[in-house]
Amino acid sequence: MCQVNEEYHDGLEQAQVPGVSKKCVKCKEASAAVVIRAGDAYCRGCFKEYFIHKFRAMLGKNRIIFPGEKVLLAVSGGPSSCSMLSQVQEGLSQNAHKKLRFLPGIVFIDESGVLGQSLEERQKTVSELQAVFRATGFPFHMVPLEQVLEVPSSVVVTAPSPSDQPASAYKAAVDRFIQRDSSCPTSQEQKERSLPVVQEAHTRLLQQLVGSAKTLTAKQDLLNTLKQHLLVHTARTEGYSKVMLGDNCTRLAVKLLTSISVGRGAQLAQDTGFSDTRYGDIILVRPMREYSAKEIAFYNHMFSVASVFVPSLDTKSTEKASIQRLTESFVTKLQTEFPSTVSTIYRTSEKLQTSCRSSSTAEPSDRCLLCVCAMDTAVEDASAFQATLTSVQLSQVKVPGSCSTKVPGLNQAPVELQAPAPSGQCCSSGGGGGEDCGRAERGGSCCSSTEKPEAIDLKSLLCYSCQLTIKDMSSVECLPQYILSEAKRRQRRSQMREDISEFLLCDGDGDDS
Amino acid sequence: MAAPIAIQLEFGGGAELLFDGLKKHHVTLPTQTEPWDVKQLLVWIQRNLLKERPELFVQGDSVRPGILVLINDADWELMGELDYQLQDHDNVVFISTLHGG
Repeated sequence: MCQVNEEYHDGLEQAQVPGVSKKCVKCKEASAAVVIRAGDAYCRGCFKEYFIHKFRAMLGKNRIIFPGEKVLLAVSGGPSSCSMLSQVQEGLSQNAHKKLRFLPGIVFIDESGVLGQSLEERQKTVSELQAVFRATGFPFHMVPLEQVLEVPSSVVVTAPSPSDQPASAYKAAVDRFIQRDSSCPTSQEQKERSLPVVQEAHTRLLQQLVGSAKTLTAKQDLLNTLKQHLLVHTARTEGYSKVMLGDNCTRLAVKLLTSISVGRGAQLAQDTGFSDTRYGDIILVRPMREYSAKEIAFYNHMFSVASVFVPSLDTKSTEKASIQRLTESFVTKLQTEFPSTVSTIYRTSEKLQTSCRSSSTAEPSDRCLLCVCAMDTAVEDASAFQATLTSVQLSQVKVPGSCSTKVPGLNQAPVELQAPAPSGQCCSSGGGGGEDCGRAERGGSCCSSTEKPEAIDLKSLLCYSCQLTIKDMSSVECLPQYILSEAKRRQRRSQMREDISEFLLCDGDGDDS
Repeated sequence: MAAPIAIQLEFGGGAELLFDGLKKHHVTLPTQTEPWDVKQLLVWIQRNLLKERPELFVQGDSVRPGILVLINDADWELMGELDYQLQDHDNVVFISTLHGG
């Protein structure tokens, strides 16, 4: 990349002589309005056709959404998801050439409570979005993120997928649907769920939770995890089997590089692929993944697709505020000089596969408590993961020895929940202030013990990247109850398995509850 | 000498936050010796309209990467980007595609 010098640059610029009168590369008649890829200028009409076709082609090619199926559209208010909504609307309209045949519903998760917005501000955003949703005629659900505090712990458990459907099942389902369709028109009455009243205490708890993470990187990561859990929970309770996410190509390219940087390499395929099966019964789909942010912005502007700007954690933040932000600015900067950057990264993501156990087959107990992906931590001794752990251990050796010194940055303690201790500073609180710590008479390493029955060792239940996120939090006690109780359950389970291990004929037999 | 020209500016996708949350601005660019081009317009915006954090809107001579520019509903790449000479009643749109605006 650094070798591309001025000479190259001249060539590039000469190739695309700017001119207002440039014609569309497709119809060669109308004057061009948007440059999609370098040199490919489309006129308004051709661009619209191209855009609409791409959405249908994406769904048609992947054959994952069955006719008559209930699909939940996750709309954040941003350009991508609003564009997705308009494409679904377009595809379902009577005169559509190849009509889409699923039953859509909309969900909006209001995360503005985390940002400390006032109720009036929140209500304003919500009512703006409600107006957009009402216009579609689809049923919609407005869910405040505070509800994540009340979801059951089954959210983080992978449910068995209904059954593996063979490729022929899709065709059969289409035929069945067409027969049925002629007799009874499928019209959904529009159900409205307005934003339930949010308890102030819940908002505070949520703010506390996100606030307990020190870096913006961890905050965003945590927030995304919670949002995804709430999406899956909403889909399950409302009877949807697919959730459509609005991630576009640019977003996914950023996500890919970010994921690698935060240690989620093993989960890349699930995080960025077209379909994401980690939850089993609910499949997350990303139909917008072939559109670049630019295409979407242009389409929305030209064909007045309404979107509502909702501020997020990283609004107005600087370039280096978080890994996500930095990666985004890296990619977009590179993109202006080298217009194929995003598509190159994105194409790479399509080819990625995980070598460890596939995420769809892993046992529920082998999945990360937070991201619900197959664990990447069960690897052999000579791996980068073990090397990192060793390195962390080595740099912490001095901490337990000198009990009075505080090492805030490297403290490992927050990873575990010490039932009564305030925020895991048990080692440095002098003379075993935390009673747990005193009881556990274990040389220097009381912080990394796994033998205490009442303490939750979250670490063993998390994948590498989620471990890092949790490590960044000052206290895990802020985590929502569903996560903590599921952690306890899993820990009891593994404890039990250990206890009876000598009576087991082979590994994994004693797991029946 | 170029006569003063009236143009409409639009900000979207979160970029409006840097302009008091106002999406549409009708502005008149004053008389100056050379004709107005987009490059000068950016400088003018920075001096007269931008309320905060200029680094989130401009970088160097141009707009921050990730912010799209449309001139009269067409991609500015087709119009010569920074060198486009503004006409009276032109409509210039800035859309941020960056996460969180």
